[in-house]
Amino acid sequence: MEAVSRKTITVGVNGEQYEREVDARRLLIHFIRDDLDLTGSHIGCDTGNCGACSVLLDGTLVKSCMMLAVQADGAKIETVEGLASEGELNGLQQAFSDHHALQCGYCTPGMLMSATALLRENSSPSEEEIRKAIQGNICRCTGYVNIVEAIKAAAQ
Amino acid sequence: MLLREVEYARPASVQEALRLLGANDGARALAGGQTLINVMKARAASPDVLVDLADIGELRGIELGSDGTLEIGAMTTYSDIIGSAEARARPILGEVCNQIADVQVRNRGTMGGNVCSNDPTNHLPPLLVAIGATMTIVGQNGERSVPAEEFFLGVYMTAVGPGELLTKIFVPPGKGDGFASVPIGKDGTCIVNVAASLDGGAPRLAIGCVDAVPVLLRPDSAEDDAVRAAVRSANLDPPWDVHASADYRRHLAEVLALRAVAQAAGRT
Repeated sequence: MEAVSRKTITVGVNGEQYEREVDARRLLIHFIRDDLDLTGSHIGCDTGNCGACSVLLDGTLVKSCMMLAVQADGAKIETVEGLASEGELNGLQQAFSDHHALQCGYCTPGMLMSATALLRENSSPSEEEIRKAIQGNICRCTGYVNIVEAIKAAAQ
Repeated sequence: MLLREVEYARPASVQEALRLLGANDGARALAGGQTLINVMKARAASPDVLVDLADIGELRGIELGSDGTLEIGAMTTYSDIIGSAEARARPILGEVCNQIADVQVRNRGTMGGNVCSNDPTNHLPPLLVAIGATMTIVGQNGERSVPAEEFFLGVYMTAVGPGELLTKIFVPPGKGDGFASVPIGKDGTCIVNVAASLDGGAPRLAIGCVDAVPVLLRPDSAEDDAVRAAVRSANLDPPWDVHASADYRRHLAEVLALRAVAQAAGRT
């Protein structure tokens, strides 16, 4: 095996297989947004602090700005685009809408993925568990109260 | 952000990783990447080659030996530790890992990455020094074992030399541990942190964030006066920044040492 600066990778995103040649230096979030044109996942801070780029990688919540695309070779990725089906919001998304859990909406894709990861592991989280689960996601509009309410409602 | 051009390889064995690391002076091991990718964005580090350790199965996992010693692979993530039944043999490990950053970072960040980056504000260097962990380092010329207190050499510098890899961390059995910190925001970067262990006879205290490496202290006893005296006689000369003056860090070192020892004492 030799190190390469460009590589063909295969990833499954929201159930669809993609094969692309990418630079080794390309961040996963840029691959998702610019190469695959899935612009639901956002870039907020690009320093690993804000969580707007959060996606599920083989079922595990990660920040896609702190990974290279080549590290995801062979992985299954879930992004916010995979939540709704046939134009219908899923229960969590609907709860965010019902509880006014977003204002500008920039953090929402990451919040939804963090909440998705939490609810898969823990179907009836306490408020403290919800707050711990979204600690890596910064929202500058809502003050978090309605986000926590929405996740609580979605859990029920 | 656009990184500088870099080459990438994902070997499947330690031997292959060592060969790749040895083949280029600018090669660096990539563990969870939760520090390295960010410093590459800032160009504070610009490796020519990244050797991704993700596919090396022998670097992952937690095993509990019959004598109670935990053997932890360097690529074991914080989340792995938190969720591991074996790791509960030394409960402080999971408790401290659960205070590092956030879910996303804990899912990718590794034990080995945390100690090898040796940022003076990291949680695990003082913890592993206090609880008397031992690190296994492998290079082309074989394997050696280094106690945690000799592992950390300077800011961002450890006993892992060029072309070498940290493969395992051994943690002896024990329960009488404590950890206290004042972070910037809940589970944020530590301003000062202190780990304490009362298991091995004389108390061991390791203070983080106040020097280039964890400051190991051995107070005469776990009594408050002895702990205070040990911290004062260390003549700490901590750095200052926008978050805390040097004086405040010195003050915190003493207060947090007492808290860590009190927590440890409640568990022996």
